Amino acid sequence: MSGRLFDKVWERHLVAAPDGEPPLLYIDLHLVHEVTSPQAFEGLEMAGRQVRRPDLTVATMDHDVPTVNPLGPISDPLAAEQIARLRKNCAAHGITLHPLGSAEQGIVHVIGPQLGLTQPGMTVVCGDSHTSTHGAFGALAFGIGTTEVEHVLATQTLRQTKPAAMAVTVDGDLPSGVTAKDLVLGIIARLGTGGGTGSVIEYRGSAIRALDMEGRMTVCNMSIEAGARAGMIAPDDTTFAFLEGRKHSPKGADWERALDDWRSLVTDEGAVFDSEVRIDAASLRPTITWGTNPAQSVSIDGAVPDPDSLGTAAERHAAQRALEYMGLRPGTAIRDIGVDTVFIGSCTNGRLADLRAAADVVRGRKVSPSVRAIVVPGSARVKAEAEAEGLDAVFAAAGFEWRSAGCSMCLGMNGDILSPRERSASTSNRNFEGRQGPGGRTHLVSPAVAAATAITGRFAVPADLEGAR
Amino acid sequence: MRAVSRVDGRAVAIDRRDIDTDQIIPAAWLKRVERTGFGPGLFSAWRSDPDFALNAPAASEARVLVAGANFGCGSSREHAVWALQDFGFEAVIAPSFADIFRGNSIGAGLVTAQASEETVRALFTVLADDPQATVTVDVAERMVLVPSAGLAEPFALPDYARWRLLEGLDDIGITLRHADAIADFEARRPAWLPSSAPAAHISA
Repeated sequence: MSGRLFDKVWERHLVAAPDGEPPLLYIDLHLVHEVTSPQAFEGLEMAGRQVRRPDLTVATMDHDVPTVNPLGPISDPLAAEQIARLRKNCAAHGITLHPLGSAEQGIVHVIGPQLGLTQPGMTVVCGDSHTSTHGAFGALAFGIGTTEVEHVLATQTLRQTKPAAMAVTVDGDLPSGVTAKDLVLGIIARLGTGGGTGSVIEYRGSAIRALDMEGRMTVCNMSIEAGARAGMIAPDDTTFAFLEGRKHSPKGADWERALDDWRSLVTDEGAVFDSEVRIDAASLRPTITWGTNPAQSVSIDGAVPDPDSLGTAAERHAAQRALEYMGLRPGTAIRDIGVDTVFIGSCTNGRLADLRAAADVVRGRKVSPSVRAIVVPGSARVKAEAEAEGLDAVFAAAGFEWRSAGCSMCLGMNGDILSPRERSASTSNRNFEGRQGPGGRTHLVSPAVAAATAITGRFAVPADLEGAR
Repeated sequence: MRAVSRVDGRAVAIDRRDIDTDQIIPAAWLKRVERTGFGPGLFSAWRSDPDFALNAPAASEARVLVAGANFGCGSSREHAVWALQDFGFEAVIAPSFADIFRGNSIGAGLVTAQASEETVRALFTVLADDPQATVTVDVAERMVLVPSAGLAEPFALPDYARWRLLEGLDDIGITLRHADAIADFEARRPAWLPSSAPAAHISA
């Protein structure tokens, strides 16, 4: 079925389609970080193989880097070893590395777009499931495991069975106070955690077109939480405006040539998808997860659901167990749930636009005394740009900790974790059991809701704070 | 990679769906730079519950894991596959698998046997009745067998995955047979596509 954005990008990367083997796809950009790469480099060296295209490989340190005093000695010896190993591997193979302390260090999925490395029509992979983020530019971008990382290092290709193409069409206007995060949580609630398995989602419709690039990245980022292989949004003038002038964006005549090409990267009129879901943007509300997977969510105006009210026995069982883990009772109003920690950051919501949205809410207000509140910019550049605007001062005056860039509490590898039974409002992407620390209880929210929640100490939206500055 | 044609052994049943890779191997374990030694971290949070299936005395001899749908969702960490293998598992039977987990498993030689919901429910029942039952996952025939219970049901496994498991093939070796096609492709790539200057391998 030709004529879909996904097919166009897929077909232009086919290197070979041998009989009886999955097609071989060329990879335009391979992002590498410290956690999923050491075993791949080791495998390469044991087989006596080279990195085929170090010039198409870019590395940084993000998953287990300290966010306090990042240039000091790393107290965790295992993290220090992984970081040292990445440095050594990049030097040995001539791979560009943005290490701790450099101006472009940060979460892989924040720095790729920021540097203009992520462009429409490209294939982008990384040993990280949130690589789907880059699909916001009309790239085909997906997460891979370490064996595949080694395969890409050695061959600059991947074997991939062609996924199905799913359309998620969101038409209409998002109500005031409803953000891209709420939009994608709404989509995941509709699809379920496995609803996108085997598919690449193209997000379409007027509500998607109206999003800025940061919002589109938030949506594509969480495609994996619905099980999808990737998420994509056709590039348009919003995309081109974001890319123009970035370090790795095409320049001069190349820019014009690239634009001509990129404008062709749309799904043609009349193309048919393998499946399609339609969502009315006006039906969406600020959304909060109550359970232990990202599909278990409810509106801010809602209450913790009663497992007995759910459809299937499996859903009831899962909800029961989730509520037990989360320490929640059915029927409790969401606004009555208090939190201990607020985390603003991650590849989902750690970009400048996210920090601005949160700062607008907390400006002139104080974090509730019972709440620990942390802001972790997605990259060193986001941090510097936020500081140039004075956002660090806004957060600090309100009582937030202002940290250095990294994945931090999204997955708690670097020591930024929740204690057992501690409850967080988090702008990250996963509320799995123990995700932010053993026994920790995570609720996924937008930056605006996280900020308002930090102020009240209970789940809140900015409108709830009216007048109370 | 070692060839796998059939897996025979005891099985452990975890009757939950959407088991994510954060449960299979928590992030604290991802700091190792080796592919081995992850077994003690397998389901480490859930193992604090003495009744958890993996704590049964016979579980350490198990070769087959039976679980609910959407097994391996979430993070792309291949460490989840290594942890299952390090513990002793050679096959997982579930009604469905997350895409990245399935790819990682085949790459590392762990069999992902996608059986019907009915087959998986039947296995849960059989294993509840007889936790010692020998379960066979026959990769060549794509069949799950529990002779003691008279169970013999098919499972799905893509042809290419089956071939790789049976032959124990190195994927990179297979791909490098197409080195000329890769080089031809590279010669045709548009000039504007981004690349980093190879000389500047450490940025300022």
